[in-house]
Amino acid sequence: MTAPTDTEVLPATREVVLDLHRRMVRIRRFEESSGKLVETGEMPGFLHLYVGQEAVAAGMGSVLTDDDQITSTHRGHGHAIAKGAELRPMFAELYGKTTGYCKGRGGSMHIVDMNRGMLGANAIVGGGIPIAIGAAFASQYRDDGTVAVSFFGDGATNIGAFHESVNMAAVWDLPVIFVVENNGYAEFTPQEKHMKLTDIAERAASYGIPGVIVDGMDALAMRQVSLEAVERAKRGEGPTLIEAKTYRFFDHQGIKGMRIPYRDPAEVEAWKSRDAIRLIETIGVERGLVTAEDFAEIWAEVEAEINDGIEFARNSPDPDPADILDDVYTV
Amino acid sequence: MSTRELTYVKAFNEGMHQIMAEDPDVFLIGEDVAGYGGVFHMFDGLLDTYGQKRVKDTPIAEQAIIGLGVGAAARGLRPVCDLMFMDFIGVAMDQIFNQAAKMKYMFGGAVSVPLTITTAGGAGMSAAAQHSQSLEAWLAHIPGLKVALPATPYDAKGLIVGAIRDDNPTIVVLQKKMLGVKGPVPEELYAIPFGEAHVAREGTDTTIVAIARMVPEALKAAEMLASDGISVEVIDPRTVQPLDTDTIVASVKKTNRALIVHEAVEFGGIGAEISSQIQEEAFDYLDAPVARLAAPFAPVPYAPILENAYVPDAARIEQAVRRLLERK
Repeated sequence: MTAPTDTEVLPATREVVLDLHRRMVRIRRFEESSGKLVETGEMPGFLHLYVGQEAVAAGMGSVLTDDDQITSTHRGHGHAIAKGAELRPMFAELYGKTTGYCKGRGGSMHIVDMNRGMLGANAIVGGGIPIAIGAAFASQYRDDGTVAVSFFGDGATNIGAFHESVNMAAVWDLPVIFVVENNGYAEFTPQEKHMKLTDIAERAASYGIPGVIVDGMDALAMRQVSLEAVERAKRGEGPTLIEAKTYRFFDHQGIKGMRIPYRDPAEVEAWKSRDAIRLIETIGVERGLVTAEDFAEIWAEVEAEINDGIEFARNSPDPDPADILDDVYTV
Repeated sequence: MSTRELTYVKAFNEGMHQIMAEDPDVFLIGEDVAGYGGVFHMFDGLLDTYGQKRVKDTPIAEQAIIGLGVGAAARGLRPVCDLMFMDFIGVAMDQIFNQAAKMKYMFGGAVSVPLTITTAGGAGMSAAAQHSQSLEAWLAHIPGLKVALPATPYDAKGLIVGAIRDDNPTIVVLQKKMLGVKGPVPEELYAIPFGEAHVAREGTDTTIVAIARMVPEALKAAEMLASDGISVEVIDPRTVQPLDTDTIVASVKKTNRALIVHEAVEFGGIGAEISSQIQEEAFDYLDAPVARLAAPFAPVPYAPILENAYVPDAARIEQAVRRLLERK
């Protein structure tokens, strides 16, 4: 049930390492920049940062095509970016501008990109899980060889929508992969206070599907289990539940740090020492696949993309209140 | 093609058959909709005709039923998701009001959700508090949803076809107590657009706006009043979201009085909204305050004597009209 976590045994090419690294750096820098912009008051709204968990979205995102669908969560920037979302409309959406992915209607918790199979971030915990099985149903109905992936947290596996959806997907062998990002906390409540299990992957047994545990800080390991689950789904063998053990570096919401001491600083530091981006950089260099300069170049390119995205958002027009009723209905 | 008499449920069923024949993207899921044909036989014959791929029995899992429909609709299919009893929408409500209803808007228009939810509402069968409710006002309150309540066999067929062809999330609430009611239904496929009220009877002395099964009750009351020379106009909005305010207001401007009848509880019911719109649009035409006749503010009771006292009927509508006409 436990996937290999020793990345030495996993296949990794230069292209794969660079691809995963770029996905993760784009997520990290987008989020750190957004955090600062919210903190200074330049950007409105809630911000649930994904920093720390990048390897999960990047590993899965790297094996999907634009035709595969994902559903995401309130902590959804990483999933969108890993699926290939552009930073200009992402920043613009967070700024509430007309050039944003949702024309300023959705904000941080509702990023969508239908051209890249990003079926939307979702601000209701567990709300995206039933939608993902619907996307997978469409794949099966059309027999188009695509899959759907639903990302959600440990807290969401306690909600009825999770149980109902995984069961129905299992019964119908839907081509869907359920990715639970176990960061140890449902908001501020630690896992041991919200479920009896240590390994959420064990829940898969109740639905008669495979459950796989993976090191959620290791993008290569995440990519490997994702690949296997996607191939299984495409073979018509039904869903897989992947539990990625990971950690949220920032607070539940915002960037300012802990309002209440619900996490032990030593715990936070221990997880930070296993930073997914640093891990893949170490692997890349140690195996002689990528040089430190290559990685530095990615950081620099992403930085330019970040600055460009923020400038684009700042210079974009605000929505017109006269259009407030647009798109309530399809006409 | 010709028109013949069909029951309400057969008319609905014919609409389902014809729209599934027309559009291969339409599929049906729900509890016992396939093998059993639905507990009210709304879906009889669909499994045999369209097969297991398009007509599927689900686990008892209302959130997953609706959520699956939302995801499939977002990808361009036209799901029909059945919830059997309207009371069960509570179990699925997140997927209905937070997901289906809002995706178009909160995603800046990027997604359409052509999902149809079918269900059966209304009291009168001693089915008690959790199998008898009329919750249309809940749904009509949510921007993004559309809600239809067919009151005739003709509308049962036309509104299900209109709902499935609509590119928005729609809820079609069949009336359990009307399933066997017969009426004229054309053989061919036709759709009734949402937001077009039906003037069920023309009259000059007062307007009755009646919802769902209260339409035939209002028509009976109108017939009783006609023998006393009282001329009643009966408006069936057909859909409460969108609501055809224009037709209602035009009628009230002609009759100068209005009574609204529904079997949902009066407080916060759709009658409150209709009354408010009439007073905003036609206050100067009114000869009396807009009246409402609806269920008392209690859950639907079980004992027939209680349930009969709970749901308005033709006799009480007749009395309410007489009271309204006494107001000067």
